[in-house]
This record gives sequence, C-alpha cells and structure tokens, in this order.
Amino acid sequence: MSDTVVANVFLAMAGHCGPEIRSDVYVLLQPRDHGGLEIHIASRVDVYYGDSIRRQTEEVLEALGVRHARVEIHDEGALPFVIAARIEAAARRAGLGEGTRVLPARLPLREPSTRDRVRRSRLYVPGSEPRYFINAALHGSDGIILDLEDSVHPSEKDSSRVLVRNALRAVDFLDCERMVRINQVPLGLDDLDEIVPESPDLILIPKVESPEQVVAVDQRIAKIKSDCGISRSTWLMPILESALGIENAFAIAKASEQIVALTIGLEDYTADLGVVKTLAGGESLYARQRVVNAARASGVQAIDSVFGDVGDVEGLRAWGASSRALGFEGMGCVHPSQIPVIHEAFAPTASELEKARRIVAAYDEAQAQGLGVVSLGSKMIDPPVVQRALKLMARAKAMGLVS
Amino acid sequence: MSILEKTEMIVNAAGRTVPEIVNGRPQIPYLGVGKYAPSARKAAPPIRTAAAYPANGDKRVANLETALRQCGLRDGMVISTHHHLRDGDRVALMALEAASLIGVKDVMWFPSASFPSQKSAIALMEAGVISHIEGSMNGPLGDYCTQGKMRGMGVLRSHGGRWQAIQDGDVHIDIAVIAAPTADAFGNCDGSHGKSACGSLGFALADSMYADHVIVVTDNLVPFPCVPWQIQGNNVDYVVETDSIGDPAKIVSGTTQITRSPDRLRIAEFIARFLRDSGIMRNGFSFQAGSGGISLAFVGYLKQMMKDAGVKARFVRGGSTKYLVELLEEGLTDYILDGQTFDLDGVRSIGSNPRHVASSPFTSYNYHGKGNFASMVDAVVLGATEVDANFNANVVTHSDGRLLHGIGGWQNCLASKCTVLAVPSFRDRIPVIVDEVTTLCGPGELVDVVATERGIAINPRRQDLLDAVKGSTLPIRPIEDIKREVERICGGKPNRPKRSDKPVAVVKWVDGTVLDTVWQVG
Repeated sequence: MSDTVVANVFLAMAGHCGPEIRSDVYVLLQPRDHGGLEIHIASRVDVYYGDSIRRQTEEVLEALGVRHARVEIHDEGALPFVIAARIEAAARRAGLGEGTRVLPARLPLREPSTRDRVRRSRLYVPGSEPRYFINAALHGSDGIILDLEDSVHPSEKDSSRVLVRNALRAVDFLDCERMVRINQVPLGLDDLDEIVPESPDLILIPKVESPEQVVAVDQRIAKIKSDCGISRSTWLMPILESALGIENAFAIAKASEQIVALTIGLEDYTADLGVVKTLAGGESLYARQRVVNAARASGVQAIDSVFGDVGDVEGLRAWGASSRALGFEGMGCVHPSQIPVIHEAFAPTASELEKARRIVAAYDEAQAQGLGVVSLGSKMIDPPVVQRALKLMARAKAMGLVS
Repeated sequence: MSILEKTEMIVNAAGRTVPEIVNGRPQIPYLGVGKYAPSARKAAPPIRTAAAYPANGDKRVANLETALRQCGLRDGMVISTHHHLRDGDRVALMALEAASLIGVKDVMWFPSASFPSQKSAIALMEAGVISHIEGSMNGPLGDYCTQGKMRGMGVLRSHGGRWQAIQDGDVHIDIAVIAAPTADAFGNCDGSHGKSACGSLGFALADSMYADHVIVVTDNLVPFPCVPWQIQGNNVDYVVETDSIGDPAKIVSGTTQITRSPDRLRIAEFIARFLRDSGIMRNGFSFQAGSGGISLAFVGYLKQMMKDAGVKARFVRGGSTKYLVELLEEGLTDYILDGQTFDLDGVRSIGSNPRHVASSPFTSYNYHGKGNFASMVDAVVLGATEVDANFNANVVTHSDGRLLHGIGGWQNCLASKCTVLAVPSFRDRIPVIVDEVTTLCGPGELVDVVATERGIAINPRRQDLLDAVKGSTLPIRPIEDIKREVERICGGKPNRPKRSDKPVAVVKWVDGTVLDTVWQVG
C-alpha cells in the first residue's frame, strides 16, 4: 500500500468537523522528521473526554509507528472507534503506518446468519457518516447495509472502509444481518481486504453484469478467510443495475454457492435504459420479474430495490404490496421510518397464514399417524405445497407474527 | 461580589450542599418531599382606595418612564415581568432601560423567565442599574451568572415556586410590569387577542395581585371593557400604550415541529405504548406533555392509540400546541387546561373554544395552596439533561455545570401520578445517565419512568407499574443496564468538571426550600 503513496505529504486530513457535524472528528496530520508528537485537541466534549481523546490519539499514533508529527484533532463528539479510524485514515493518506491496522476492541460475534433468513428490509447507512451507525440497529430492520459505494464520495472511499471496518467490530448491530455494499471491482477488492476479516454476514456486489465479477469477489473472500482462519459464511447478494446485468440474471445467480439473494438497482437500471423512473414502475417491470424468476430458478431470494421518496408513505405501501405480489421477499430501505411499512407489506396476509396453518396441522397429523399422504378434508396436498406452507409458517414465526 | 463570598453552607436532606443565606435572606434547606409545611400567613399588597384612582377609569400615562416614576421607583426595588412573549418580548427591556434613564441603581429583576434576546440586561448589570436577576437564565445571561459575574445569587424557581415565593412574601415585588396584547384604559388585560397575541397571561397573575404597583403596557388598547380579561384592572395602577410589545414571529411560532429524528421518534413511540400497555391510557384519563420535539411526536402516537381503542381523555394539560388543539377539536379530550401557548393554533383555540381554558401557576402548580392540578394528572412526559441510577434528575445544567434552561413547570409536574422522562441515552458522546446529577432539580422518588431509545427503565419503587407492563413487548430494562451500555459505547465514564467552591445560583424546590446549588464555572 505504501509504495503507491506520495512520500512527501505536507498535510493529510480525514473526517469532518463543524457546528452541524455530530459524532465525527476531523484529523489533520503533518508528518515531520523530528520533534516528537505535537497534539492539539479541540473537542465538543473536552470537559468529559478530553483526556481520553489525547490518550487515544497517542496510542493510535504509536501503534501506527508515527513518532514525529503535528496533529490537530477537531472533535464533534466522535466515539472512540471513529477517532481511531480517522487517525488511521489520515496516517495512510500521509503515507505512514505501512498498512498497520489499529483495531478497536471487538464485541463478541453473534450467531451467523442463515442462508434463507428473513430479509424483508435492509437499511442503507452511508459508510462515511458515523453518526448513523450507532443507533441504526435499534429500528428493527432485518439487515443493516454499511455502504461503501454510491453514498460515499470518491475522496472518502479509503477512509470510509476503515470506518466501516471499525464499526463492524465495535458497534452492536443486535439481531440485524451485518451487510456491506462494496465498490465495483477492482476498488471493491480493497474493500474486501479491509472488512472481510471482521466477518460481515453478507456482501452486496453492485452493478454486476457477468458471473465472472461474482467469482472474482467470491475468490478474494475465500482467500482472505483462509488467511485469517475464518470459517463463518459470508453470503453474497449481487445487485443488477443494467440491461446486461438483467440479461445475465440467471447465470449471475448461479455463479456462487454463497449467493443467497439477487436484487436490482432501479436508479441505474432506468438510466441505462434511458427511461424515466416512474411510481407505477412500468418501465422496470420486465427487469423486476426477470430478477424474481432468475432468483427462484436458482433457489435464492429475490429482493427489490429501494423506494427513494421517504415522505411518501402511501407510495411506499403501494410499492411494497406490488413488490410482494411479483414475488419479491423484501426490499431496500433508506430511512428507518420505512421499516414498519415494509414489514407490513411483506408479511403474509391473515388468510395466507390461516391456510398455511391448516396445511401444517394436517401435515402434523399425518406425521403422527405415520401416513405418507397429507390430506385436508377430501383434498390431497402435494408435497411442494406442504413444504411451502411449512416455510411460510417458519417465516411468520421469524417475523414475530405467530408464536 | 460580597454577597457571594460570605456564604455559610449546609447539607440538606438530599445530601446536597446549599447556602444558608441567599441575597441577604435566610433560607430553609430542602427537607424532603412533602415535609415542609409553613404556618405563617400569606403576604398582601397595601390597601388602596378608589378615590386615589381616576373615576373615569382612564389610567393611561404618557410612557413607561412616567409610570415608573409615579410608582415611586427607588434604588434597590424589585421589578417583575412575565415571559409569555418569549424571545420576542420588548417590554422587559423597555422597563429596565427606563429604570436606567430614571437613574436608579441595584434593582432586582424578577422575570418569570429570561431569554437570549434580553442579553442587553448584562450591560445594565455592569452599569449597576440591575443588581441581580432571580429567574431562569440561559444563553448569555446564563453564562454571565455561571461565570460568577452577577452581583447577587441567581435563584431558579419553578412556575409554581415563583407563585409560592410571591404569595408567601419570599419575594416582595415593588413594581410589576405586564405586557398585554390587549388592554383597556382601566387596566383589564388579556393575551388571547391582538397583533402580539400570546395566549395565556397566567405568569403575570400573581404579580398583578401581590405587587405594590402594577403597570400594564399594551400595543392594542380597546375601549372598556376588554373582554375577556385574565388580569383585573382593579389591581392595576397605570396603563401605557406603545407601538409594539413584541415581535410576533418570535412570540409564537407559526408551526411547532415534531421531531424527525428516528431515535427521538422511537422514544416517543415507546412512551405512548407504555401508557397504553400499563393501562394508564383509558377513558377519562389525563396527561401533560411539553412542547419539545419528542413530546409532540408522543402526542401523535398516543392519539392514534386512543382512536384505535376508542378512548377519550377528560383533560390534557399544556403548553398548548396545534397537536393538543387537534385532540380537542377531534373530540379526544373534553378540555385543554393551558398554562402557556406555543403556537398560532393554540392562540386561535384558546381565544375561541370554551373548552380550551387558561390556567395559571396558582391553579396548576402552587404547592402552598389547597391542592393543585399537577398531582391530579395521570401521566406527564418531561425532558431532562441528566438522570442518575436513583432516578434523580437535572434540567437546568448540562454535565459541564453551565446554566442552560429554566425549570419551568418541570418540578411541579413531578407530582403527577406517573412521571416519564424522555431522554436520549447519550447526546453527542455525553452520557445522560450519570453516577450523580450535576445539579439536583427533581428527587428520584418522584421520577417513575425514564424512556430512552435503548429501553425503558421503571423506578423500582413503582412495583405497580412494573406489574402493569408485564407481558408488554416494550424493552423494559434496569437503569443500570442502560447506563453501562452507554458507558461502553462512549468509551468509559466521562470526566466530571472539578466543582468550584463558589455558589452562583440556587435551585429551589416547589415549596421554596433550597434543593441544590449551581457553582461557578469558568
């Protein structure tokens, strides 16, 4: 890493400060040849954590091997894992540190997520804005996506991956599936190097157009995990965002055993087609149906795109209903207020639940009597129908709809 | 600084160190909730005769300076004002500047609250016109006091406590100056109409009844009678007309805004669910909520739950806002009892709806009276700056010790049957749940529930509430749990600023006893 960085960097900066900034810190690093460390700290929480910030700054710089520098810290209440990330990012930009990672204490990892866990909602959080990380999981989405791609400015990609890496270690995401959307390959490979050792549950791969792109990611992940001795699953969710991607949907969905879901990015897709994105969605209907079909055919979940208009609750409700009717099992989410609406849209209806309940009861009875055939009244229920009913009841239980 | 330097301190029943003498007057240290029961008689203004006042009922004088002179303004007197015009008020400064022109010194200013727009009072303090302020101070005035620059000690009282202080004679008001959106020449006045309408004028009521002299200042004089009247002209000495008593844009907001922060909405929703799941929300119940973003959102969630359950409240208390008005107009409550009006919808409603009733700090909150409304309310939702593991709470300073807010009705509302504090578990990197509150404003035995985005803590003293929410899906957690989680997130316990030994202000309890001290910072 260090041989691609300019040797004579006068000033390196990372992070943000200012009156509207919260939970972040601006680090300015001026390396020099001698004179030790000169650290200036201005913090919104100086009274409470000024000493702690100074101590932490000294420790992080020492771990990075930075012995001589002038450092300015402008802190707006950043949590420790953010401070460490910003200092490390500034050091890297200054060509210092030789790729050393200063890792915050790690919370114990939760149970690995299963292949077909419920994925009704996944909340996007910009990877460059730490203030959204801390409480993201409180809002009860099925997954949290720490985004390194489109919501992060190109100038911040390098510092955001350090921030997201630290967040994967230090932030409690409760029962949410921990997801990261990496950048397109080749930049995405650098993202993987940084974050895969922290065992994210799932990687979203943007703008996939060919199975080879998936394979490249898959192989890189496998290598990193082998190097680190990690055996937990790292699932994959390719995002199809172009005409070519949609054409190759099935091949992409079958490109790796680690793929658990296939999804679509409607903004880029409609741009690729050269059409206007509408609320009714007629222009993307084919693409969405193709995603559902390809997902089903390859045995993975079909997940819909985000609904960008946060203020339009009725529009979201309608979109969610139509999405489910098409066969999607969930969708993306850009604001916590969307989560309950999405969960309601993707929940089985009362009549579906009732029907499934009866089939499962008939199945249980058949099992108890040692019968191979399941019947409801005079009607015989085919095995695939029984399986679907069992699956629906299991999902309903996971959603907290039945006990 | 001589007042501040020689102060004997004593430890009160809450374990807090407080001065024995404040601004030359001996104090009673806090004795505990409900423990102080004075037996003296109320103070009273001098007897007047109608013959000394214009028989035609026209008490107008040319200007405020003339009125103050004719009231006999002297050095060392107490001038009081109300804060119903909030940050748009012009009258308080008009009165203080007129006092300056007259050439008096060492006046004590006794506002029901002060606002950042009144920071030029600092210049008057520097010039010796004002000796000190007894009333809430924030912004530049708060800093001035916190830095120990004021010549007397600040005294922070609740709305009910201010009434109690006037009524019991703790504070003797020489001249009360009352800004009135509508008045007649006899001095009857009201706040519900006029270009500077502000709703209720309750904070000026005690002043009008007990002060030696009362001056009404209005920008909307009407021919007698001014109807309705909340202040009686029979208590008024002089009436002054002026072009404008305040900036309407800052008196009431055009719209009060519900918070949009997902974390704060979560807290608001938790509280509404708590009231429902505990059974507090039921036909004929009552509640009160402040005007902060979380409180407004709480009202919205509760309203939907009330509709779903077919429940109607008997009364709700405000700070009235459009959201409370909607409850009234949609038939979800029989009455609004209103202490202070925050927005234009509130002003419109109080001026036109007989079920929207102006209350005063006497009826709502006065502790030295034959009961008050606050203890009758089933649930109240308040904010706080800090809470400790024993549920003691702070509302006037942050953890750095700087004066930030007034007490308002907060202390008085603690008497409700279920007091809920709605607080984020940490702000920026600063934990809100602390080992010990910086400034004690509310004893823990009166705080029943602390609702944060990370969970709800119920005071162990309230086994009835703990039992009532068994089976609820709400995240009920011990307060120590939430505290520990936040300390982990913030990277350990915060440092506390070293407490100086110079008291700059005191916090009084609802009964006038001294609950805690605010110490000099910076």
